[in-house]
Amino acid sequence: MTARRTWATAWRILAQIRHDKRTLALIFVLPTGLLGLLAWMLTESPGSFNYWGAAILGVFPLIVMFLVTSVATLRERTSGTLERLLAMPIGRGDILGGYAIAFAILGIGQAVVVSVFTFAVFGLAITGSTVLVATVAVADALLGTALGLAASSLARTEFQAVQMMPLILFPQLFLCGLLVPRDQLPVVLEWLSYAMPLTYAVNATRDATTSTGLSWDYCINIAVLLGFSLAALVGGGLTLRRSTK
Amino acid sequence: MPPRFGFVSHQNGPVASAIHLNDVSVTLGEVHALLHVGVSFERGTITGLLGPSGSGKTTLMRAIVGTQRVTSGSITALDAPAGSAAARPLIGYMSQAAALYPDLSVQENLEYFATILDCPRSRVTELIDQLELGPRAHAMVRDLSGGETNRTSLAVALLARPPVLILDEPTVGLDPLLRRSLWLLFHELADSGTALVVSSHVMDEALQCDRLVLLHQGQLLYDGPRDELASSVGAASIEDAYIALATKGRS
Repeated sequence: MTARRTWATAWRILAQIRHDKRTLALIFVLPTGLLGLLAWMLTESPGSFNYWGAAILGVFPLIVMFLVTSVATLRERTSGTLERLLAMPIGRGDILGGYAIAFAILGIGQAVVVSVFTFAVFGLAITGSTVLVATVAVADALLGTALGLAASSLARTEFQAVQMMPLILFPQLFLCGLLVPRDQLPVVLEWLSYAMPLTYAVNATRDATTSTGLSWDYCINIAVLLGFSLAALVGGGLTLRRSTK
Repeated sequence: MPPRFGFVSHQNGPVASAIHLNDVSVTLGEVHALLHVGVSFERGTITGLLGPSGSGKTTLMRAIVGTQRVTSGSITALDAPAGSAAARPLIGYMSQAAALYPDLSVQENLEYFATILDCPRSRVTELIDQLELGPRAHAMVRDLSGGETNRTSLAVALLARPPVLILDEPTVGLDPLLRRSLWLLFHELADSGTALVVSSHVMDEALQCDRLVLLHQGQLLYDGPRDELASSVGAASIEDAYIALATKGRS
């Protein structure tokens, strides 16, 4: 693995996205627009946007980056470019690292853009730190990227990659505490929610919106979230074999 | 007369086997994609790998470049195990699919692969000129014609001036003029000492090759000089020779 090849791969992926206006819109415009729509929907219900807006701020980067990463990686696998690369003197870590860096940059950019609009334009007001809430969005974007990379290894077509989304993300959305408080879930489901990374994202968001400073709980939740991302990246990397059986 | 494409000679050392397959078998599920294939590919030679679809050509090529695991047997590329870190920089591979990034320009594609292969940027410019891609250098690959896409894919394979070139059906779908131009290029590369393995399912292309390797249902039917194929089975043409050998193998 060399830094030059990893950066070249990251740069190449960013150049591809730069030429793809629809994906750019999906990453930057759609989540911002949807949060604006949510703010508009809840204008007659004071305080509701402050409750839902912060939580959903962290969910959008996860969904969008999962979708973009899984499809982009799968396209690399199916178009033959991955095989061509693997026949060259490039390490698997260079390819995976390039993807992780490129989509992490996009995820951070998305989280920043969506956060700025949500707080400054749509008027999300919280007692806690806006920076800490935005940090959860960044961590969620990284998680979406890592899960997308891992999911692409289980799919053979782009359609199958999209099918992975409800399988991998929807159970998390149901059980993470966003829709129903986790302590009101049946015991088995509450325990199951501990195995889902989005749970820690929602915990961290709740913590960031209510505490004025950096808390120990917030740090632990972010660390667990990053741990899940790292595990998904390593899992995805193990499927990137140089030769097929 | 100087060579048209100006390639660097690889003929410094003694003529030796560039690629050697020793009793190679590949089983894909229940199918024997290759069965006990033993063959060598020499430097300075164009070897035509011929056979119908499903005969094992692509599997053999993928095994040489190291992306297809062999079930048994061994392959060496310039004395290094196929697919090893030592062998990979020595082999240029053009797969049947274009294997390019459609949402990058010709130049961006070549520059990316040049970085991966440690080639200078000047090599990209050189190949764009040599393969007459200049007017389309900044066009997105998705907007190229079939011939332009093929030449871009070939340019990627040529970037590192590899001593071995594995080209999977490089002329399929090309017009006759472009096909002739590519074969001129392949001959020039062979003259400079490169070992070329060129697959095709069109028997006419065999006439351009120095040696032929014929595959049928994963088995080796013939491995030898092109000129001796027809006479070896008493056939009038290469196609007749192939049919005679395949029929004999079946019986």
